[in-house]
Amino acid sequence: MTAPDAAGLRRLTRELLAAHPPATTGRTDFLRARFDAGLAWVHYPAGLGGLDAPRSLQPVVDAELAAANAPDNDPRRIGIGLGMAAPTVLAYGTDEQKRRFLRPLWVGEEVWCQLFSEPGAGSDLAALGTRAVRDGEDWVVDGQKVWTSSAHVARWAILIARTDPDVPKHRGISYFICDMTDPGVEVRPLRQITGEAEFNEVFLTGVRIPDSRRLGPVGEGWKVAQTTLMNERVSIGGARVPREGGMIGPVARTWRERPELRTHDLHQRLLTLWVEAEVARLTGARLRQQLVAGQPGPEGSGMKLAFARLNQEISGLEVELLGNEGLLYSDWTMRRPELVDFTGRDAGYRYLRSKGNSIEGGTSEVLLNIVAERVLGLPVEPRNDKDVAWKDLTR
Amino acid sequence: MTARTEEGQVPDLLYSEAEEDLRAAVRSLLDDRCDAPQVIARTESATPYDPRLWKALAAGIGAAGLLVPEKFGGQGAGHREAAVVVEELGRSVVPAPYLTSSVVATETLLALGTQDGPVAALLAELATGRKVAVLAVPFSAVEPDPSTVTAALDGMLGPIADAAAADVLLVPTTDGLYAVEAAAAGVAVEPLVALDLTRPLATVTLTGATGTLLADAGTSLAAVRRGLLAGAGLLASEQLGLAEWCLTETVRHTRERHQFNRPVGSFQSLKHRMAQLWLEVVSARAAARNAADTLATGSPETPLAVAVAQAYCSKVAVHAAEECVQLHGGIGMTWEHPAHLYLKRAKADSIAYGTAGRHRATVAELTELPAP
Repeated sequence: MTAPDAAGLRRLTRELLAAHPPATTGRTDFLRARFDAGLAWVHYPAGLGGLDAPRSLQPVVDAELAAANAPDNDPRRIGIGLGMAAPTVLAYGTDEQKRRFLRPLWVGEEVWCQLFSEPGAGSDLAALGTRAVRDGEDWVVDGQKVWTSSAHVARWAILIARTDPDVPKHRGISYFICDMTDPGVEVRPLRQITGEAEFNEVFLTGVRIPDSRRLGPVGEGWKVAQTTLMNERVSIGGARVPREGGMIGPVARTWRERPELRTHDLHQRLLTLWVEAEVARLTGARLRQQLVAGQPGPEGSGMKLAFARLNQEISGLEVELLGNEGLLYSDWTMRRPELVDFTGRDAGYRYLRSKGNSIEGGTSEVLLNIVAERVLGLPVEPRNDKDVAWKDLTR
Repeated sequence: MTARTEEGQVPDLLYSEAEEDLRAAVRSLLDDRCDAPQVIARTESATPYDPRLWKALAAGIGAAGLLVPEKFGGQGAGHREAAVVVEELGRSVVPAPYLTSSVVATETLLALGTQDGPVAALLAELATGRKVAVLAVPFSAVEPDPSTVTAALDGMLGPIADAAAADVLLVPTTDGLYAVEAAAAGVAVEPLVALDLTRPLATVTLTGATGTLLADAGTSLAAVRRGLLAGAGLLASEQLGLAEWCLTETVRHTRERHQFNRPVGSFQSLKHRMAQLWLEVVSARAAARNAADTLATGSPETPLAVAVAQAYCSKVAVHAAEECVQLHGGIGMTWEHPAHLYLKRAKADSIAYGTAGRHRATVAELTELPAP
């Protein structure tokens, strides 16, 4: 069967809508039917929610469904599953794993989280110390993970753990799918700078994971994790935004509506940031045009850097613009939101939350290294952990 | 094209195949005839412009007539193509009156609307590069000030970019726009010592000169504004090419230069500065392409796109040139290394056709973000 073109996709979408009218079909039922019709992510293989069609044709389906008021799968709520777990399962999973996990993931019946970072392994992720020891058909996992968004609502987790401490750090890691309801998995809220607990610590004590939930070969977990991390960076900053669509929007609105707050200094800074936000928007648009034209450029690695800096500077300006109001904060109550919300709440929240933008998903410093070494071809820094067994590293 | 249809009014920010071919032709000409030692030697001679290079670029490649419709002897291309030429000229800091004559003066003449008689004749001469015309408006201006010169063609103007190379001066007066032969009686073009060695400046003094009136005052004012808008818009591409050269050469140098028994480019403090610069160059490309595309399509977004590009790209070019000098260490401070040519051009460009601050004021006006 050949992959459908735009007209074919439009026809298939209309057939789906005719067979399952959104007005009379339950949300989950509709989403399941959409998955089974291959219209979930059209570039995925047939039978796994797709039709092997070009990724650039997804908007054709989305536009038809939006026009018919069809429910979506709440992509923000299941972002880690969609953006990171799914591409990794697709690339490295067995047929059985793909059949078991992809459908409930996409439909949103099962939320995923990511057990990667540890207290001692953030930017140097490959230094991680969580151990997985083979015991018959199972692996027994012990360790601690941190910065885990959605862990308190997740059914499944992608997990990397050390399976061989006697080889250099990148080579002794394996990649697993962890059942968050298993005994030995304990999720504790981690209260942050904003007062909220949007992230968690996850303690793993004697957690048994069957070998059938390993992704990729033993000892090649780092390679598998690269797929996850690459997709993570692509999904941050990859969305299409209208002019004033980001953090600059609320500040510009405040400026227009409240002339009494205006000063000359703030005006100059606002305009500089407005221009930079507009240029970042255009750079993102150019990146998407390159992808559509089949000439992907390395600009993606830079977009997250740009957005992190802009979000921080703009939200900082916004707090100052508000003057006396900027001295206040909406609410310090510890809450555990289901969603990561960068732009929600007030200016003080945005200012504090955006401090994480240059840390999460790869620090700006690590990303600058990546750009310098992989894009510009600058020499790597000398390092002393390359050929040393993980157990012999200083910790 | 796909992107344009899919995203509706979003400008096409990529380069077409034809544009890449044009770039290759210009670059190969410049590699042969205009390397850095030749540019330095030219700037120290009495004739900063190489007439043979200009002929090859303007007529041989047909670059001078890109904006001019075929019926007036041009190529009938547009601002996107001209922007690619400007980008390459910026990359080699070429001393050539391209931006001033083939873009600003040409665009002004085209915007007069009445393209017959002397206007059509002059356009044809500019399109083939046989003549060079410059707008007699200070290089720093975003707006003409027609009151500087009286209708009797009396007055002093400056600094005018590329006036020394011009055959024809386009002079806005209270009466309208005049075409004045640079060699005519009553015209004095006095060279100035310019910060940017590669784009000569001069004062123009008119004392009862004679010229041809091309259009009335109202038409002229709008046309000159349009010429300056195109100049500012495509200057962003010059700044992009310039910044890209600075980054590429700095990366090359820091990979080769060893200190402390390591390539200096392996030190993180330097790597991060170059990576940051790369991000700025990538962003400048999106801004510059956006300005070129809106100019080409006549989009109502053009004034904002140009103001955004200028407010952003001039800063990037200066930053790239300053980093280039610094990261080259001692050699970056010498006359023999071309870094200084780029710094001087970048700094002068940051004033040309309006400073970043002036363009930010335009942004404020167009986005309704008024000053206190």
